[in-house]
Amino acid sequence: MSERENILGRIREALTLSADVPGHKQNNLLQVVSEEEAAPHIHEWLPAVGETIEDGLALFAKNSAELKTDFRLVDSLEDLNAQITEMASGWKKIATHSGELTDAVGDKLGLPVCSTDEGYEASDLESCDVGITQCDCLVAQTGSVLVTARSAGGRALSVLPPHHIVLAQRSQLLPDLPAAFALLEERYASNYPSFISLITGPSRTGDIERILVLGAHGPKQLTVFCL
Amino acid sequence: MKVTLFIPCFIDLCHPNVGMSIVQILEQLGHTIDYPEELTCCGQPAFNSGCWDEARDVAVKVVERLQDAEVIVIASGSCGAMLKVFYPELFQKTGCEQAAKSVANKTFEFSDFLVTKLGVTDLGARFPARVTFHDGCHGLRELDLKQQPRTLLSHVRDLELLEMSEAETCCGFGGTFSTKFPMISSAMGDGKCASAQETGAEYIVSNDSSCLMHLQGLLDRQGKPLKTIHLAEVLTSS
Amino acid sequence: MTTPVHQFHTDANRAAQDLQQRAQIQSALSSYETACEARKSAFRDWESARQTAAEIKWDAVNHLDQHLREFADKLESRGTQVHWASNEQQARDIILEIIRSNNAHSIIKSKVMTGEEIHINEALEKAAFDVVESDLGEFIVQLRREAPYHFVFPAMHLKRGEISELFNRELGTALTEDPEELTMIARRVLRDKYITADVGISGANFAIAETGMISITENEGNARLTCALPKVHIALLGIEKVLPRLRDLALFLPMLATAGAGQALTCYNSLYGGPRQPDECDGPEEFHVVLLDNNRTQLLADKQQRDALHCIRCGACLNVCPIYRSIGGHTYGTTYQGPIGSVITPHLRGLQDWKHLSSASSLCGACTQVCPVKIDLHHHLLHNRRNAVIDKPVWREKLQFAIFRSVMNRPKLYRFCVRIGRLMQPLHRLVDGTRLDPARGWTQTRKLPRIAPQTFKDFWRNRK
Ligand code: SF4
Repeated sequence: MSERENILGRIREALTLSADVPGHKQNNLLQVVSEEEAAPHIHEWLPAVGETIEDGLALFAKNSAELKTDFRLVDSLEDLNAQITEMASGWKKIATHSGELTDAVGDKLGLPVCSTDEGYEASDLESCDVGITQCDCLVAQTGSVLVTARSAGGRALSVLPPHHIVLAQRSQLLPDLPAAFALLEERYASNYPSFISLITGPSRTGDIERILVLGAHGPKQLTVFCL
Repeated sequence: MKVTLFIPCFIDLCHPNVGMSIVQILEQLGHTIDYPEELTCCGQPAFNSGCWDEARDVAVKVVERLQDAEVIVIASGSCGAMLKVFYPELFQKTGCEQAAKSVANKTFEFSDFLVTKLGVTDLGARFPARVTFHDGCHGLRELDLKQQPRTLLSHVRDLELLEMSEAETCCGFGGTFSTKFPMISSAMGDGKCASAQETGAEYIVSNDSSCLMHLQGLLDRQGKPLKTIHLAEVLTSS
Repeated sequence: MTTPVHQFHTDANRAAQDLQQRAQIQSALSSYETACEARKSAFRDWESARQTAAEIKWDAVNHLDQHLREFADKLESRGTQVHWASNEQQARDIILEIIRSNNAHSIIKSKVMTGEEIHINEALEKAAFDVVESDLGEFIVQLRREAPYHFVFPAMHLKRGEISELFNRELGTALTEDPEELTMIARRVLRDKYITADVGISGANFAIAETGMISITENEGNARLTCALPKVHIALLGIEKVLPRLRDLALFLPMLATAGAGQALTCYNSLYGGPRQPDECDGPEEFHVVLLDNNRTQLLADKQQRDALHCIRCGACLNVCPIYRSIGGHTYGTTYQGPIGSVITPHLRGLQDWKHLSSASSLCGACTQVCPVKIDLHHHLLHNRRNAVIDKPVWREKLQFAIFRSVMNRPKLYRFCVRIGRLMQPLHRLVDGTRLDPARGWTQTRKLPRIAPQTFKDFWRNRK
């Protein structure tokens, strides 16, 4: 018998005994309800998000400030380009992927570009000053950016260079995490990308005396532009 | 009401004043006391050490004697938790299961009985001192006793309650744990005493004499002036 | 050979008196505490969230076979190789075999607690592979050749000065007191490794049955790099990690971050559902998922403690545990420290060898109160104690409690003992606290309470 069958067999055998309901404090018994009943309520328990788009933007901005994400609302592509150009002083090379927003920006900088679309050399990507990507959505509740291998040029582009810039549109802002997972299902359920990540602020660590340091292994800087 | 009193062994032996105070309070409130002299221990030391058979042999006497009581008042959160929470488990699938459940249902820790069951909050006591309150873990987490003792203290005249930051942290007693792992137990107790001392209180008050016995033992050994006192004794001071 | 129980007693006694180490733990955890409280109160209803999380895990664990099959089938259908390991040895062999068949030399690891469980580093080093931990805390303890101190904060016990000296000694870097500079040293050293490593080994926080994905939670980005750059990715995880549905993460990710580190969400929560797909530009050519049993099915068969498999390894129970805070992580001598470690280690590694961990608790219940998936932790410690006695009674204890039973059940005998006790009191004073004292377990640090001249029973009898 294969090890798979051995293990599954042991599991089935163990499960022939039905388990006690955890928590024997009388007032604290688990009432096992089906997930179908619980799922619609999850968003009611998570931290509050506002009602309107404006509330969402304000919350995203507030969370960004706490997370040390550089969040910028921009009115137009010109405005976006102007701001990126200003940031670009000192950059020698950028990395990006093709996409509606990234194309509109990347070419304008006049810098050498490492594009991940057709594959790349890791050392080449590593030498870039910035990785510019799009995303699937922004999550107001947590100040997160949802990326996938498809929406953000693969797995490494958004984590290897020391600065990650996300280009997003206002319409991509979702209120909370349940909405973000619903979006994933809706968009990809027939064929999920092999990589999906919720990015919440620049890379960080507290492993030395629990003191916060940014840029542990991933980007030290995260900039989110919202058109 | 006829109140059946359960006095655990360590109160009987070392802190009889706690029992006497409870008797005094309940009688003043017009209740009759029934005290089953033959009961000394709820069986918790054996239970906590994994010797459930021995624990059951002791506990069964308690259940048999108390099952017909009108209401049971117990002078310790820890023993209260034993009766209320652990007896039903200990007697699961035995002939005593129903009796154990009925005992559990009518058992009250002392402060809970006064505040929740009787609705009494002011006993006219006076205790001119600064005190801090230690939440016994079993009382706090198994029986949800948080407000009850504080409500009672808030009506004691001239008493100043100074909450310590570690009020809900275990004092390290833990029954047999305190002698099986004395160094860990004492380290935890030291932390508790330090937190109590920080408040500037003169007394650590608690509704659990077992915790206080451990803390007082530490304080005495170290020659610290901080004193411990049971809630019931505070409530009979004037 | 010292047995685990001796080791535990020796280390615990030393650690309990090490005030400096206790202060260090205290200060490391104090910022966590504040942050954690703030995050919990940001939830509109933390208690309902806990309840539902416990229910979802309950469902997952009680239908584990179905979920695992779905998980494995989905992964395989997209080109992942799923391996099943019943024990440590099998898991090590599987991993070594994958590495050898790829002609790999250097291996980068992101945090894998199951890896500690199967001692994968030792096995890899013995086979002459170059293996580097990439999580900063793990990197530090690996350099020190010691086990993680805490399964979430591995290097929590170290001060920056010690880390600086360690880097100076092992990596030849200049001494510095600046945590940021220390972090950057590790970053520089590891950058190269990501790019040159042939194999990345990671763990997983959740296994999503519905979609066939593993979910990894981290702050540093090291796991993301480990799963992106090397051409082979191996994920090692326990079979209990399953969650039925992708959307369950909407609840579990913020709860894990809140309980584990006092964050609203951990910096990177990444899902991996296969090797690089045809339409993708990067990612490993091979993705292997190794599912480890290692006696988890035995815990599953314990219907009373089955909920211990709900654990999401957030570490909250360690952080609040007054025992953990007094004795520190290394004293446990286990992969999983703290209350959850004391509950599951006897199941994973043998009840008789590890039952002392269940006894070393005051049963205060602080762990149970914070556990985000509502595991009945401190009650399970009681269950382990009972099971240990049923399994193999200790005669001394049995005798003790037989005496206890007779005394407590015989009022006359009890009274007699009280009288003897009174008579002994003056004698006891002569040996109080010394090695001759039979009550030394108590009196070494505490004064023995005196038997009152009039016990309560005396008082009652006199009154009547
Ligand atoms: S037992 Fe609960 S609190 Fe402890 S690590 Fe597991 S999930 Fe977290």
